Amino acid sequence: MTQLAPALDAAPGLPARSGTFSRPFRDVAVLTRRNLIHIAREPLQLSDVLIQPVLFTLLFIYVLGSGVSLAGGSYKDFAVAGLVVLNLTTSVMGTAVGLTTDLNTGTIDRFRALPIWRAAVLVSRSVADILSAVLCTTMVLLTGLVIGWRPHTSVPEFIAGFAIPLLFSYALIWATACLGMVTEGPESAQGIGLVILFPLAIVSNAMVPTSGMPAFVRTIADWNPVSAVAAAMRQLFGNPNPSAAAHAWPMQHPIAAAILWSVAILAVTAPLAVHLYRRRTTD
Amino acid sequence: MVQTMIEAEGLTKRYGDTQALAGIDLSVPAGTILGVLGPNGAGKSTAVRILTTLARPTSGWAKVAGHDVVAQAGEVRRRIGVTAQDATLDEALTGRQNLRMVAELAGLRRAQGATRATELLERFELTHAADRPVRGYSGGMRRRLDLAASLVARPPVLFLDEPTTGLDPTSRVRMWDVIRELVAQGTTLLLTTQYLDEADALADRIVVIDHGQIIANGTPSELKSAVGGTRLEVTLTDAHHGAVGALAPLVAGRVDVSADGRRLRAAVNAGAGVATAVIRALDAVGAVVDDVAVHPPSLDDVFFALTATGATAAATGQPSTDSADPTDSGGAADAGEPAAPLPRTPAMATGLPVATYPDKIKGAL
Repeated sequence: MTQLAPALDAAPGLPARSGTFSRPFRDVAVLTRRNLIHIAREPLQLSDVLIQPVLFTLLFIYVLGSGVSLAGGSYKDFAVAGLVVLNLTTSVMGTAVGLTTDLNTGTIDRFRALPIWRAAVLVSRSVADILSAVLCTTMVLLTGLVIGWRPHTSVPEFIAGFAIPLLFSYALIWATACLGMVTEGPESAQGIGLVILFPLAIVSNAMVPTSGMPAFVRTIADWNPVSAVAAAMRQLFGNPNPSAAAHAWPMQHPIAAAILWSVAILAVTAPLAVHLYRRRTTD
Repeated sequence: MVQTMIEAEGLTKRYGDTQALAGIDLSVPAGTILGVLGPNGAGKSTAVRILTTLARPTSGWAKVAGHDVVAQAGEVRRRIGVTAQDATLDEALTGRQNLRMVAELAGLRRAQGATRATELLERFELTHAADRPVRGYSGGMRRRLDLAASLVARPPVLFLDEPTTGLDPTSRVRMWDVIRELVAQGTTLLLTTQYLDEADALADRIVVIDHGQIIANGTPSELKSAVGGTRLEVTLTDAHHGAVGALAPLVAGRVDVSADGRRLRAAVNAGAGVATAVIRALDAVGAVVDDVAVHPPSLDDVFFALTATGATAAATGQPSTDSADPTDSGGAADAGEPAAPLPRTPAMATGLPVATYPDKIKGAL
């Protein structure tokens, strides 16, 4: 018969903990696998990183882009980098939605009564979401390649141009995790997320050059981290980058600005998210 | 090995204006079952949440397996299994995936976790559904899987919050068997329940919680004897106005009369010939007796006596109608009221002899 409980004579059935150092990694790995099973069980969840990027890319380039004239290159060459950032910024909402969904089920209580690393739930979420972001970025670039967009630089520069939006996306994942911690349910997380992320993505150089914007809006756009990331990618891909003419510091140094913005957002929001998570799950 | 596996002193918990726990002391020796009994909202789940590190006490302290639930929460978590009232399973994962995930999070190696999951699925008769998502499981299957998940790491201390609520009678009895088996193997168990028969059948000791306080504490038989020795139930052929008066000299405290006047219940000081004396007394006033029963009180009697809200009415010593009896055709009156409180026996008036909180008991009554 299966022994359910610790035998009386044996030491209580304390599971052997393999090294405390590896423990956080194990917990994150186990919980990441759980998140991936969720995606595998409901693959339509991936539509915002598989279908939406293709759709947005085609719509923006062939419908909205048809009215934009750009000095020094085609709109297509300009737009692909912006579309990567636009798609990443809007799809990051999934983090907040996924976290609030989790927090509203009893599953979190099960995890909390287990001897796991406290931040593992959040970190595993961010790992699953950054994997989605890789898919999302790949889909935009593939769509771009199919319709004639090309990077014109070396492989290391291309890789850097691929990595910078992902770093920014990872920072946004933690920022939206904070949002998920303070909203009641998935619906409000989605609603508030949209109100913040949509203007962030649009008031930028992602889809149109900032030169035609009213001065006030243009200042905001030039300092928007989304603009820095898009400009950094354009520079690294050798694509048209009209923002290089802007005087704002981030537009003059887009790669440094993109990295600084991402690191700063991450440095603030990651500890904050862990703090908010503890507060929310402690009563 | 720690001899007292669950210990708490002066535990309180406040949520805003609500005092969920108003000072709880507990002590559960290794290898025994403590039954925590109480109505909805009494504070049972709050107590379990604190003991399982999910909530912090407002004041007081608690130790599980020798470790403080606040300062050494991680150590406590390595030694407990918890089955909460709400299912804590991941709906999208299969039964097997749920168990393996919990196993690995509890610190088992991958292969160990897989073996343990297979063992438990078999033990809880879930093998046929092991690789289906939990979403499609029935209520009973979920309960079993939830319990299995709590047992994955063979915890020495187990908390079960209303483990059989919502189960059909067969599943309930099977759950009881599992619980007995666990304790036989050395597990210490704290079990909350609303079912008196469950506490009676399983628990070594019982605490009754109401309004965040322990209002009684003892073994099932101690609690029963505390309510007033032996219970007398008389059924008359027809209601008789002299019946209560005839019984008065024989009973301790008040006589409860059913709405149709045919059924009388009271506590008696059991002695030789009590049934004969009852029949003679009733016969003397012309009441015709169908049935006389003399039996020890059930835990239901204890529970109602301790938690009844209409306790003040009981102090008048007047006969009252009893609407709690489901067989009582006239029981429509006062359907919203809890069962009429049982009479205060001398034992009750002086506090339960087995209770460790006589002042609190008096307050609650």
